[in-house]
Amino acid sequence: MLDDFFYRAIIAGIGVALVAGPLGCFIVWRRMAYFGDTTAHAALLGVAFGFLAGIGPTVGVFVVTLLVALLLIGLLRLARIGGDTVLGILSHSALAIGLVVLAFMAWVRIDLIGYLFGDVLAVGRVDLYFIWGGGVVALGLLAAIWRPLVALTVDRDLARAEGVRAGLVELVYMLLIALVVAIAMKIVGVLLVTALLIIPAAAARSFAVTPEGMAAWAAAFGALAVIGGLNASLTWDTPAGPSIVVVAFVLFLAAGILSRLVEVWQQRARSDLP
Amino acid sequence: MNEHAGRASEAGRAEPLLAANGLGVRRDGRWLIHDVNLKVRPREILSIVGPNGGGKTTLIRTLLGIEAASAGQVVRRAGLKLGYVPQRLTIDRTLPLTVARLMTLTRRVRRADLLAALGETGVAHLIDAGVQQLSGGEFQRVLIARALLGRPDLLMLDEPVQSVDFGGQVELYRLIAGLRERLGCGIVLVSHDLHVVMRETDRVVCLSGHVCCTGVPHDVQHHPEYLRLFGPRASEALALYTHEHDHSHDPAGEVIHHHPRNRTKAETAR
Repeated sequence: MLDDFFYRAIIAGIGVALVAGPLGCFIVWRRMAYFGDTTAHAALLGVAFGFLAGIGPTVGVFVVTLLVALLLIGLLRLARIGGDTVLGILSHSALAIGLVVLAFMAWVRIDLIGYLFGDVLAVGRVDLYFIWGGGVVALGLLAAIWRPLVALTVDRDLARAEGVRAGLVELVYMLLIALVVAIAMKIVGVLLVTALLIIPAAAARSFAVTPEGMAAWAAAFGALAVIGGLNASLTWDTPAGPSIVVVAFVLFLAAGILSRLVEVWQQRARSDLP
Repeated sequence: MNEHAGRASEAGRAEPLLAANGLGVRRDGRWLIHDVNLKVRPREILSIVGPNGGGKTTLIRTLLGIEAASAGQVVRRAGLKLGYVPQRLTIDRTLPLTVARLMTLTRRVRRADLLAALGETGVAHLIDAGVQQLSGGEFQRVLIARALLGRPDLLMLDEPVQSVDFGGQVELYRLIAGLRERLGCGIVLVSHDLHVVMRETDRVVCLSGHVCCTGVPHDVQHHPEYLRLFGPRASEALALYTHEHDHSHDPAGEVIHHHPRNRTKAETAR
């Protein structure tokens, strides 16, 4: 099965979706969509850094993304302008700087479109091990900090008063975002990474009553988007990464409409009672 | 009143649950609170009153260890278990959360224990409700039940009745006062009103940057004016606190002593 490029793509995509969904829930809850976008855009700089330092693009992306995420937190605290403006400036600047730096490095020939929009159909065996290895580590770390991170998300003071080590937990959370950006880049590219994080999570909202339920639904929606998107890509010869995001978006819309209908139906059933 | 005095003197002999010694918190070059000395003794109810921006929440946060002290220290009795009831939480609509899950944010608890704690505050029926659907009073009861799960020696509540209508406030105060009797814990309560505190309060601390005055509350019943203002039920739950200050504050919060030379806050802090 691993010899077929299509199945490799599906297995890689599902691997990423299973960790991106639960992690994406925190990005939705903590209102960090733009933050995620900015760190993902900085990933292109990581690619350049990876080549320069000779550590390969994946590790380069992980290191640079983590540094940028930590830098951003400091910057957001110090900034005199609104956080959304800071992120808006840095999100696009990071992308532009990455493109310019890569252009200077004339000696490396890279597939720029592949980094921007993903190249999931070119995923090889080694990539697969990287993705699933990284995915398992990320899921393990997320499971380890799950309870304290949920507590911090609900109320930081309350969690800290009850002994949660906020600094450590939030550092691991940043590390996870960097890790997931690094492995998801191969699937949907730096421009669409955030989509894979937040769209399945947003679609999951109306189906869940607990944080854990929402994480499970988000993982399922993400996997479904990968399977649907890759099949659509194969059928209609559309680009794979964007197709996955389109399917995720369709799922989000369908989930929203469905939950609305159920709500209306329940209300009607209640008012019909004698 | 006698009953209160008896309890206070009995408590006076015991080791305090919590003490602040010369406590100060300085942020961005400004002292939010300074030179705060206070003690909470076992089974004592301490109410903190003071103007907005007077540092009530900063004090609570420092006593809880969320905020680091810039001067002085907080001394806790060895092994002290604290229960914290924050001001009404705002929980993002995107975060699905039931009462049961809110109760178990930082600890795993059996459902039977959850029901018992929620039963203490009269909201056991809400165990599976979504937190976004709760009223102000229900939410506070859930938060208090949540704090009880840790079997605290000292319960800290930050403006617990603020978002509750008057009838609900009386009920909530009675509930809180009852907790001392049933669980034997000390209670620190931030009050949102400068002059009205919970009737069972043993001692009041008025905070405006520093401790302006401290004393015992008076029964509402002796003040027909307040009785008329708050209605007959007020005396069941509320008491009055008359401030006796030897100084006042300028608009910037700086202390103006009632003697010739005005001292600045920095000087008083030394």
